[in-house]
Amino acid sequence: MFTLFQTELYKIFRRPRTYIAFAAITALITIVQLGLKMDGKEYAAFVMADLNNTFQIDGKIINGYFVCYVVLQLLLVHVPLLIALIAADMISGEANMGTLRLLLTKPVGRTEFILAKFLAATVYTLLLLVWVAVLALFVSMWLFGTDDMFLLKNSYAVQIERVDIFWRYAGAFGFAALAMTTVAALGFFLSQFAENSIGPIVATMSVIIVCTILSTMSIPLFNKIKPYLFTTHMVAWKEFFDVKVNDSNETIRGTIQNPDKLIRSSLVLFFHIVAFVGASVYVFKKKDVLS
Amino acid sequence: MKMMKQLYKIICFFLVTGVTVQAKAQDMTALVNKVKAKMEMVNDYVAEGKMKTDVAFIKAPVGKVKVFYKKPDHFKLKRDNGISILPKGGVSVNMSSLIAINSFVALSAGEAIVDGVTTKVVKLLPTNDNSDIVLTTLYIDEPHLLVRKAITTTKENGTYEIQMSYGHYTSYGLPDKVVFSFNTKDYKMPKGVTLEFDDPEKLSPAQQLKNKKGKVEILYSSYVINKGIPDSMFR
Repeated sequence: MFTLFQTELYKIFRRPRTYIAFAAITALITIVQLGLKMDGKEYAAFVMADLNNTFQIDGKIINGYFVCYVVLQLLLVHVPLLIALIAADMISGEANMGTLRLLLTKPVGRTEFILAKFLAATVYTLLLLVWVAVLALFVSMWLFGTDDMFLLKNSYAVQIERVDIFWRYAGAFGFAALAMTTVAALGFFLSQFAENSIGPIVATMSVIIVCTILSTMSIPLFNKIKPYLFTTHMVAWKEFFDVKVNDSNETIRGTIQNPDKLIRSSLVLFFHIVAFVGASVYVFKKKDVLS
Repeated sequence: MKMMKQLYKIICFFLVTGVTVQAKAQDMTALVNKVKAKMEMVNDYVAEGKMKTDVAFIKAPVGKVKVFYKKPDHFKLKRDNGISILPKGGVSVNMSSLIAINSFVALSAGEAIVDGVTTKVVKLLPTNDNSDIVLTTLYIDEPHLLVRKAITTTKENGTYEIQMSYGHYTSYGLPDKVVFSFNTKDYKMPKGVTLEFDDPEKLSPAQQLKNKKGKVEILYSSYVINKGIPDSMFR
């Protein structure tokens, strides 16, 4: 199975299409960083306008940690679409080229075959996230320096001490890996049902877009289904950037405001991954491969 | 003739009470001037301490701060390696800036107890129409010439209360602890800006009321007094 996994990885990284995602991410992050570097003060003034009426906030608001948070907020909505490009092509791409039947002639079980392909798609997803981390976090830290993080939530603001931030990013990227693997699993599952790549890629994107809209709209009817949508839980990485306070309203270093929510969301995403991959294995084993 | 006598009595009464009020006002001016004179012993200082921001809708850590002051009203607060949040207008969380008003009318408003100390209540009215301060009420500890509490109403930034506790630097009129209380406005950010689509928790009316009050507390650990600070520090 390891050889099969290596072969799949080789196939993924041999295709030029794979690097579109890396190029797109590089362009997007560079644009945001350039914009904030040139006009960061204006952006901070706009975002802080409400608070600036009452308070004078001094310090380096636009710093590397803050920029990374802004980038992740913007980017983690779009990265799933880039993951779909590869994950939704894993089976349908082979079917399209007519190599699927040929591959199955090898002395490898269908379960191992499908798991090796999924693992390769997961590695691609993780590498994409590592690339995001390098550009969004490390390059931003180098470009903008570091300081405390001052974040605005809907009904309050949070200041996180500089020394209390890095582990939160490690956690946030770990969580994002889980969320993006869920997207990869969805794309992978849908790729079973077509003999061309376009269909599953568009279907994956459509599912993500529809579910994201349902997750973000505050309409009572949708509120009932929101907890079951994976897109609702994909944004829970932000929980890493909310801190508990003591009775004197002082932040407690090393804490997370809603760890339960984070655990619940992780479990929901993990369940989705297991369900999609399990369903993929089940469907593929039953599938009559003709192409 | 009887009416004339009554009129004479009334005029006398107003003259006497007027003179008394004037005398009291002068007394308070003298007291304020004494406090000012004590504070003017300090030309500049650099103080170190810890700052705590207690505003219902801001979660902030306690942080080490460095405070720079130079006569007449230069004041700067810097947080060590971090972001500082101070109420607007309250940047000069010190008494010197309040006392720095040169032309004022000081009226007595009785006595009050602050932190177990009997204080003279003095209403300070700036005579300059362009002053941002509309009214300051000082609670002066007369024997020690210390301002224990001040309530200031400004044109631009509402009403503030500053309460001070003294210890090691009483002789200079510099506090060990300053608690700065102020009113805050409602805070709510559009979801489109925060990109957070969860519905925020609904607060009870009592919590909403509490949310309108804010407090900044500075606990000074040391002062370096009259050693000179360059003006560039305040730019």
